[in-house]
Amino acid sequence: MIEIRFHGRGGQGAVTAAEILAKAAFKDGKYSQAFPFFGVERRGAPVMAFTRINTEPINLRYQVYNPDHVIVLDDGLLSVVDVYSGLKENGEVIINTHEKVESEYDVFDVDATGIALEILGVNIVNTIILGYFAKKTGEVSIGSLIEVIKETFPGPIGEKNAIAAQKAYDMA
Amino acid sequence: MAKEIMTTNRAVAEAVKLAKPQVVPVYPITPQTTISEYLAQFVADGDLDAEYIRVESEHSAISATLGASEAGVRVFTATSSQGLMLMHEILFAAAGMRAPIVMADANRAISAPLNIWNDQQDSIAQRDAGWIQLYVENAQEGFDTILQAYRIAEHEEVMLPVMVCLDGFILTHTVEPVDLLEQAEVDSFLEPYVPKFAYLDPERPMSLGNFADPTYYTEARHNMQVAMDKSMEVIKEVGAEFGERFGREYGLTESYLCDDAEIILVCMGSMASTVRYVVDQLREKGEKVGLLKIRSYRPFPFEEIDEIVKNADKLAVLDKNFSFGIGGALFADLKAKCHKETYGFILGLGGRDVIPEYIEEAVELTKNPVKEVTWLGLKEDE
Repeated sequence: MIEIRFHGRGGQGAVTAAEILAKAAFKDGKYSQAFPFFGVERRGAPVMAFTRINTEPINLRYQVYNPDHVIVLDDGLLSVVDVYSGLKENGEVIINTHEKVESEYDVFDVDATGIALEILGVNIVNTIILGYFAKKTGEVSIGSLIEVIKETFPGPIGEKNAIAAQKAYDMA
Repeated sequence: MAKEIMTTNRAVAEAVKLAKPQVVPVYPITPQTTISEYLAQFVADGDLDAEYIRVESEHSAISATLGASEAGVRVFTATSSQGLMLMHEILFAAAGMRAPIVMADANRAISAPLNIWNDQQDSIAQRDAGWIQLYVENAQEGFDTILQAYRIAEHEEVMLPVMVCLDGFILTHTVEPVDLLEQAEVDSFLEPYVPKFAYLDPERPMSLGNFADPTYYTEARHNMQVAMDKSMEVIKEVGAEFGERFGREYGLTESYLCDDAEIILVCMGSMASTVRYVVDQLREKGEKVGLLKIRSYRPFPFEEIDEIVKNADKLAVLDKNFSFGIGGALFADLKAKCHKETYGFILGLGGRDVIPEYIEEAVELTKNPVKEVTWLGLKEDE
């Protein structure tokens, strides 16, 4: 079983990202589960969301404490939350940042905000970082991911998000 | 129909759509809100031909639901936590008036302190309202149980409202695979509701929910007990028929590796999944433990429970609620009704995560008991 933890802020789409990833893995023929942990319900507050992906049905009903992968949508959280908490050995951390992140862990920095501003015109990076994640980890196919992104956001917004996710995939 | 991936709230809303209620009065509250949103969308899109009443409170939501039910139509509403508290008065009226309402409760802690996360104190606090209470373990059970709930509530020898209890966030906001049913399949299982006894009809005027003086009140309440007892058979029959038709069978309880278990862990709702996982882990180490999941909390199926636990030495009861001075409600019931050495554990309050370590600790404290009721994961210095 693969466990992924997302860190974001309320309104950044961490919960949606976890769900999109679960749906894409399900489309790939796997079992999956995604769920949020909200702090207080307001924009900007730190939020966690979790995805589990498995070849068997998933029976666990508690949060992910030892993730295989961590995705951080906002590098401002690095000074607020211990995003590396419980990370498995050889676990990977993907961080949306335009700076080089110094860490003892296996960190990939991706300027998802740059892609978001260029293609979407707004700083919403959740689909973009999933594109990067798909290539870097191979846990989900880019085909399923693009399909679910288009289903989640019908119309031009979905099309733009799909292009942005593909761009992140290609540069990963 | 193919499996789809969705939250329990979505699965519940899909089941409600297929059950075709005609009146849906509902007031949003976290973590139930998306149920009310999905149903509003279904009505707006013409996928559900129901009157969706936007009420100003939960007291009004359940009042309108009861009124519509007494007018002889199928109804649905949903709530959570403080909303259920506000419904309290009308819950008793609905049961006493024998209205076959189906309601989903997204289980959430009660204020104060204010808390939006999961425990089961809200529905447990309504235990004696006269409602049947069914607790579900996952999104699939949420979908399936809503459909069965109408058959149970509307059964002419039952005629009691049913509350379908879903753990807030842990189920309501978790996406996972669900097997939906087609409308034709549901129609063959659940026929339209035809009221038979007391309902409002201009051609046959009567008044409902009347004054009952001491000559009648006791018998009216006793009739509810008779119906509650009868509902045990009906829950089993309906669950068995559902299994024959759709391959997923349901009953009053579900037991896992209980036959030779020395210690049986007893719980309700989503916790059962993690407990099953822990049972598997402990079995691998040679520990004889089992899981008994209580699906029907009211009616309380103590005869069936007695049969399941008869070979066990001890019971470890896990409650996401508590009654001051006694312990958890499920613990108290088992203690009163089953003649076993029983220990109670309080956990998962206000969204405190139920991790495998707590369940292992409950097993350990049942093997080597220190006290009858233990609060697991309690931070002593706070």
